[in-house]
Parts: sequence; C-alpha cells; structure tokens
Amino acid sequence: MKVLVCISNVPDTTTRIKFAEGNASIDTTGIQWVINPWDELSLTRALELKDDPGTGVKSVTIAHVGPASAEPTLRKALAIGADEAVRVNAESSDAYFVAAQIAEVIRKEQFDIILCGIESSDYNGSVVGGMISEFLGIPSVSAVSGLKIENGNAVINREIDGGKEVVTIPLPFVAIVQKGIAKEPRIASMRGIMLARTKPIRTFEPVSVEPLTQIISFEKPAPRSACKFVDAENPAQLIDLLMNEAKVI
Amino acid sequence: MSVLVYTENWDGKFKKLSYELVSYASGVAKMLNSSVTALSIGKVEEAELKRLGDYGAARILSVDNEILASLDNQTYANVIAEVAGKENASVIIISNNNTGKAVAPRLSVKLKAGVGSGVSRLPLSVNPFTLYKRTYSGNAFAHVIIKSDVKILTIAQNSFDLIETANNAAVEKINVSVDNSQVKTKVQNIQKQTGKILLTDADIVVSGGRGMKSPDNWSTLVELASALGGATACSRPVSDEGWRPHEEHTGQTGKIIAPNLYIAVGISGATQHLAGISSSKYIVAINTDKDAPIFESAQYGIVGDAMKVLPKLVSAVKEFKK
Ligand SMILES: Cc1cc2nc3c(=O)[nH]c(=O)nc-3n(C[C@H](O)[C@H](O)[C@H](O)COP(=O)(O)OP(=O)(O)OC[C@H]3O[C@@H](n4cnc5c(N)ncnc54)[C@H](O)[C@@H]3O)c2cc1C
Ligand SMILES: Nc1ncnc2c1ncn2[C@@H]1O[C@H](COP(=O)(O)O)[C@@H](O)[C@H]1O
Repeated sequence: MKVLVCISNVPDTTTRIKFAEGNASIDTTGIQWVINPWDELSLTRALELKDDPGTGVKSVTIAHVGPASAEPTLRKALAIGADEAVRVNAESSDAYFVAAQIAEVIRKEQFDIILCGIESSDYNGSVVGGMISEFLGIPSVSAVSGLKIENGNAVINREIDGGKEVVTIPLPFVAIVQKGIAKEPRIASMRGIMLARTKPIRTFEPVSVEPLTQIISFEKPAPRSACKFVDAENPAQLIDLLMNEAKVI
Repeated sequence: MSVLVYTENWDGKFKKLSYELVSYASGVAKMLNSSVTALSIGKVEEAELKRLGDYGAARILSVDNEILASLDNQTYANVIAEVAGKENASVIIISNNNTGKAVAPRLSVKLKAGVGSGVSRLPLSVNPFTLYKRTYSGNAFAHVIIKSDVKILTIAQNSFDLIETANNAAVEKINVSVDNSQVKTKVQNIQKQTGKILLTDADIVVSGGRGMKSPDNWSTLVELASALGGATACSRPVSDEGWRPHEEHTGQTGKIIAPNLYIAVGISGATQHLAGISSSKYIVAINTDKDAPIFESAQYGIVGDAMKVLPKLVSAVKEFKK
C-alpha cells in the first residue's frame, strides 16, 4: 500500500506578513519556510501507519507543487521519514491548478491513500484535497481527526457540524486531515537528516491547466481601536461597556 | 441565471448560519440583477422551509431523500451540481463549515467553477468577479478574481449580518438522481453534540488559556459563558493538557471563529491563537501581564488575576441581566 502526503510550503506561523511593492504579492525576504502544520501532522500519521506492519503501508511519498526554492522544506519532510518526494515544477498559481497537477501525479504513480491538510496557512483555501479527489473520481472524507486501516479498509473519525462520526471508506481515497490525526508532529532525527540527503526528489513538469482564480492584491486587516482598560477592582464597568458601548451582550 | 444557495438544517431546523447564507446570496443577487434559489437537503417541514424566503430567497427547492441522510462528499456534490445545472446557477453559495469544505472543492472540479473560500464580505465587484478573502491565517486579506463562468463562494460563519427581505417564496419539492451504490462513505457511529451552543455558532465566546492554571478553575469561566448565553473555548496548550475537550481549541490548528464577542482569559495572544479569533467583532482580554500581546488585539482589557476577576464578572452579568 502506498501513501501520498501533499505538502504545502508556507511561511513560519509567526511571520509578520509584509507586502511587496504594489501589494500584489508577499515580500518574501527573511521568511522562514516550513511544512504547513497540517501536512506535518498527516506526514506523521502516514509514518505511524508505515511503522505498523499490520496496516500494509509500504511507502510514504510526499508531493509538492512549487518551484525549486521549496526543496529545503521537502528535505525536511524526507528527514522526518518520508521515503521520497515528487515536485511538480510550477508556480502554485491557484488551488485548481495545484490539485490538477497532484491528481496527474497520482494517475501516473497510483497511491492508495492520499493525505491533504484541511487548510494551508498561507492561502487558507481548504479546497486542494477535495479537488484532487474529484479530479480522480475517488471518495474523500473531510475534517478527518483519526485514520486507521483495518482489513484493508479505512476507518476514519471525522468531525461534522454538530458532532463526530466514525465512517468507513474503500481505498483509494483522499483524507483531508485536521486536529487529532496525530498527537505531535514527528521531528527529524540526526540519522533522518543524514538519510534525507540521498533520498530522491523527482521533478515532474506540469500538465497544462488554466487556473480559475487569481489573487490581484493584498491588504492588511483593518486596525483595531486601542484597548480601553477597565479597573480590575470594578469589572462591572466592563459589562456596562459591552452592553451600552459595544452593544454585544 | 440565478444565485444558488445551499442551506443546511440540523434535525429539520435551520440555524442562523443558513439565514446568513441566504442574506449573503440576496446581496450577491442584487449586484448581479439576479434572484436567489435556496436548496435544502433533508427532511424539513414546509413552514420552516418558507422561512428562507424571509431573507430573500425567491424560490425554495427541497430535496428529501433517505440516501442523503449522512454526508457523502461525492453524492452531495453530485446533487448540488445537478440542481445548479437545472437552475442555470452562475454563483453557488455554501457555508465554509465542515460540510461546505467537504463539498465545495468537489463541486468546483465538477463544474469547472473557481472557488472563493472563507469569504467575509460581499464581492468587491462582479465584473470582474472579485472577492475579499482571508489569507495568511488572518494576517492579510486578498482580493481574488474568479475567472470561470460559474463561481462558488464559501462564506465564513458569523461574518455577514442577517437581512430580512420578506419574500413569500413557494416551496418546490424536487427529485434528484441519487443511487445508494454510489455512496462510498458508510457511517458506523455518530456522536452528536447536544444541549450546548456550538462554538462555531456562538455569538459570545469565553475562552481560557494557561493562565487559568488548572482545570479545576474552569467553573467560573463556564458560569460566565452561560450567564452571557455563550460558548466556551480554550487555547491549544489547554486542550493538549486535557484540561478541556479538543473541540474547544481555537486558533490556527483549531477552530476558526468570528463571534461578536470573544473574551480571552489568561491567554497570551500568540499569533497562532489570534489566527483563529482575529475576526471576532470585539475582543476582551483578562490577563495579569499588562504587556501581554493579546491586549494589542483587544478593545477592552482588564489587567488582573482571572481567579478574582471572573467571579465579579459573573455577578455583574447577573445583576445587569435582571
Ligand atoms: C504550528 C503551531 C500551531 C499552533 N496553533 C495554535 C492554536 O491553534 N491555538 C493556540 O491557542 N495556540 C497555538 N499554538 C501555540 C501558541 O504558539 C502558544 O503557545 C499558545 O497559544 C499559548 O497559550 P496560552 O496563551 O494559553 O498560554 P501562555 O502563552 O502560557 O499564556 C498564559 C497567559 O496567562 C497569563 N496569566 C497567568 N496567570 C494569570 C492569572 N492568574 N490571571 C490572568 N492571566 C494570567 C499570562 O500573563 C500569560 O499571558 C501553536 C503553535 C505552533 C508552533
Ligand atoms: N502547492 C501545493 N503542493 C502540494 N500540496 C498542496 C499545495 N497547496 C496545498 N496543498 C495541500 O492542500 C492542503 C490544503 O490547502 P488549501 O486548499 O490551500 O488550504 C494543504 O494542507 C496541502 O496538503
């Protein structure tokens, strides 16, 4: 059984976002690039499945759509334990384009389990995973917080609006993962870092797909008014302000 | 041409979220000189369905089919796509909740329709069709053009006010082609959250961080939330420690919410936490450290010990509510 983990390369979560001139793009100077937090967790879960001989998972591949500058992030994922990486050599112009590229990789190489994060911390789209499954015409489960393989079937915990469910689904499928899929992200060991140097990153050229969306500009969130302090001895004043000034209670 | 809105119900009832979606759809329809068709899937009484008209739906389509009782992403996308085709929908509006996130991307590929997700305002323009959406986990907002003929928007919960525009819309029961053998997701077990306001639905949220010190101190926080008619939440370390359930964790790796009021108690205000709550209309911070970063995002603050401040707040709320 082969697992594919989709990896998005994002600014470290503490980055103060600045825009390049014209506000049409992000100023990337000084940004630390990391594996998208969800993808780090799905990679961890994929490796746990591989470690357990009962699951039949034999290999974990990572896939990324992006330029060569993303390779340090891919090496990190290899150091954590992925067996190999595939990179589609193209700018990730929009979600539809990215998903179409990854679907093409899956068509060529055949994977049984495909893991995506619920959201990239840069584009906040929550769409790439679902799009991949529809391109391939295979089932998907979203908001996945637990994934087990039992007798060749996937048993999945998912969150629905207003509750939780356990569902089963046949392979191959796409799981779009969120909190709970793994406890803590696995970190690279010294040995892992050494091994990663020789693990393959195969590069694919993109297939031709027209993006459906385009970011034209960015703006900062509207600034909030300065904090009004209320005396700790008299918190009732806060309630008064919330009722009569903010009118939110 | 129409604006199609998929409205969700819970055990046959619509929540505010569904009316928000219809209100939003009406706003878009006005910009396009078009009209709103609301689609409901599931068993909903006629009188309840008619309420969608109060927010501007001109037509209300109701699909009631056993096969759609639980969410199978593929089947749902097929149904919405079929209806969108029949209705010649140019814009499809869905919530950005779990269901919306499961269905919208599949629908996008099926219809070759670009998605704008987590949208929190009406389109900036309709020609070109330009959206305003959250990016970089709330640290930036993007203007995004959707270039395809059909557009899909998923709307961030609590980001759009209800607008009543009485419309005596008729309810039409419709049939769709679904086949049980195509349903791949088999539900083994369901655990519904009942009797509590869902965090994602709540207008008021009281949230505790590591500054609460111990799970034993949560009772006054819970009391404050219930006195205000709100829900409770927490920071990530709190749920990691098992002090509070995981469903309560807000932030980049937890729930992203936009209540009218978010009260952060003993929470420092790390960027990853703010990523989940920065769209709240008002943020109140209670923290012993006057330099805690949370105060930079808050409109009201109290520098003080949560253990002392919370009980006083509870009695003040009870006093005011009398
Ligand atoms: C990839 C990544 C993702 C993350 N995702 C999230 C996320 O989704 N959500 C999240 O919350 N965090 C997340 N974090 C963690 C985040 O960086 C912070 O560590 C976390 O938010 C801190 O939680 P806290 O504010 O409860 O605790 P602390 O930072 O320890 O703050 C406690 C606060 O309580 C105050 N305090 C102490 N005693 C009292 C008292 N008696 N009364 C009142 N105030 C008091 C202190 O002054 C302090 O400001 C993430 C981190 C990473 C690296
Ligand atoms: N450029 C990319 N390359 C590979 N995977 C991606 C890329 N962008 C997004 N993904 C995957 O899709 C998930 C959701 O991303 P998004 O739809 O942008 O929120 C991420 O967590 C990744 O698993």
